[in-house]
Amino acid sequence: MEQKSLFSVISPIMVGPSSSHTAGAVRLGLMARNIYKNDFKKVKFILYNSFATTGFGHGTDKGLLAGVLGYQVDDSAIKNIFDNVKNIQYSYEYTEDISRHPNSVDIIFDDKMTICGDSVGAGEIRINCINGFLANIDGTYDTLLLMYKDRPGMISTVSDIIQKQKVNIASLHCDRDSKGGTASMYVALDIPVGDDVVEKVKQIKDVFFVTNIRKLK
Amino acid sequence: MAILSFSELEKKCTDENKPIYEIALEEETVLSGDIADVIRLRVLEDLLAMKDAVKHGLTSEEKAISGWCGDDCVKLVKKFAERPSLFGKIFEKITMYALATAEENLRMGRIVACPTAGSCGIVPSVIIAAAEERKIPEVQQVNGLLTAGMIGLIVSNKVQLAGAVAGCQAECGVASAMAAAALVQMLGGNTGEILNAAALALKNILGLTCDPVCGLVEVPCIKRNAFLAVHAVTAAELALCGVESKIPIDEIVDTLKITGQLMSPLLKETSLGGLAKTKTALELERILHSKNDKA
Repeated sequence: MEQKSLFSVISPIMVGPSSSHTAGAVRLGLMARNIYKNDFKKVKFILYNSFATTGFGHGTDKGLLAGVLGYQVDDSAIKNIFDNVKNIQYSYEYTEDISRHPNSVDIIFDDKMTICGDSVGAGEIRINCINGFLANIDGTYDTLLLMYKDRPGMISTVSDIIQKQKVNIASLHCDRDSKGGTASMYVALDIPVGDDVVEKVKQIKDVFFVTNIRKLK
Repeated sequence: MAILSFSELEKKCTDENKPIYEIALEEETVLSGDIADVIRLRVLEDLLAMKDAVKHGLTSEEKAISGWCGDDCVKLVKKFAERPSLFGKIFEKITMYALATAEENLRMGRIVACPTAGSCGIVPSVIIAAAEERKIPEVQQVNGLLTAGMIGLIVSNKVQLAGAVAGCQAECGVASAMAAAALVQMLGGNTGEILNAAALALKNILGLTCDPVCGLVEVPCIKRNAFLAVHAVTAAELALCGVESKIPIDEIVDTLKITGQLMSPLLKETSLGGLAKTKTALELERILHSKNDKA
């Protein structure tokens, strides 16, 4: 069992009213922002289940938007976020899907990237899926994400580059749509790697997308 | 090696002749790699954020998004000024501070989850009110909060502190046990008295369900913070008088967990039973949804 911190019971400092529906929503937004990285013009949120039914009274809509804009969970400005957003088009959709977690959301940037995540309790979150590929990111590790054409040797090529930086890999997850099809890899790291590593990984044959996802504060 | 039970904690305190807060600091030092002073500073930040929340909450009458709650603390502030409480100043402050914090939470103010956002008023109200009335210095308030944290941490190793898992006994109930422990620490009690206070508080809220109206952290959550803050004081006073819990705290925590498992899912944060299904709650739900649709 992983040992828990004292601050799991006397933190976080956050804006209310709910650690799962407010702080969790902000952190999902922050994580999505870390993944998409680009400035965006448009963002759409699809809220599922309990997020959809009780989100209004918990400020889940405000939290998600504040998160993608880079506000931290304890920022008092979250409450009036709608008054402070300019030049960004944002929208919400509310729906039900019992196959999803009770507190679940899809965050769609510029109609280009869809990031699905859950607020799993006490402000903790999990990103499950990015553009249809399974993910497993909880914001506690700096993570290198890449998408590529599935072929043998990719894991060793990537881990070799990381190993040369003397960075330890905490965990590694791969997924693919079919043998030889499109694949994804998530490499959770003990310390972050620099943009030079991202560049090197980009040079690998058959890799078509690489991003360096920072962990949450 | 993590401390997973209260008996282990008590033994460590006895063997090393150290108070609970010292052990808490040592454990966190090992886990985080930070030195004790850095950890104390983080706890102090939490304490100061708690005080800020009380300060804001005492004067605000702003309602929650639902429009139901948010103006009760101010009623206490006004009325106690005219008619002092039977129980005196500390009681006034504890109930006011608990409501102030819980109301600050529902209006999207800045609070400290302790252990959860829904139960955020209990530990701060007891620590801050007692510190003000008994002139307890800040360093001892931090010791109190560290003690509270250690109690909550050990409980959370056995049962997840979420209404959805074990009902409100695991949220406001655990907060009350944490507050009782903090208070005994601040009033100079020993390890045995601290653990007895936590045990007495926890034992006497076993079975408390989580049935919030419309699934919001408002009814009955806000006022419950005031009730369970006072409950913590009862536990602390009894323990300081030498009253011992016949059932040891580890067994009470196990009971809390089992009671949570036995509790119907209808009463665990689903809003499908209990107060959430009363006639009045259903009417409030109807009004809220029509508001939601307009938004």
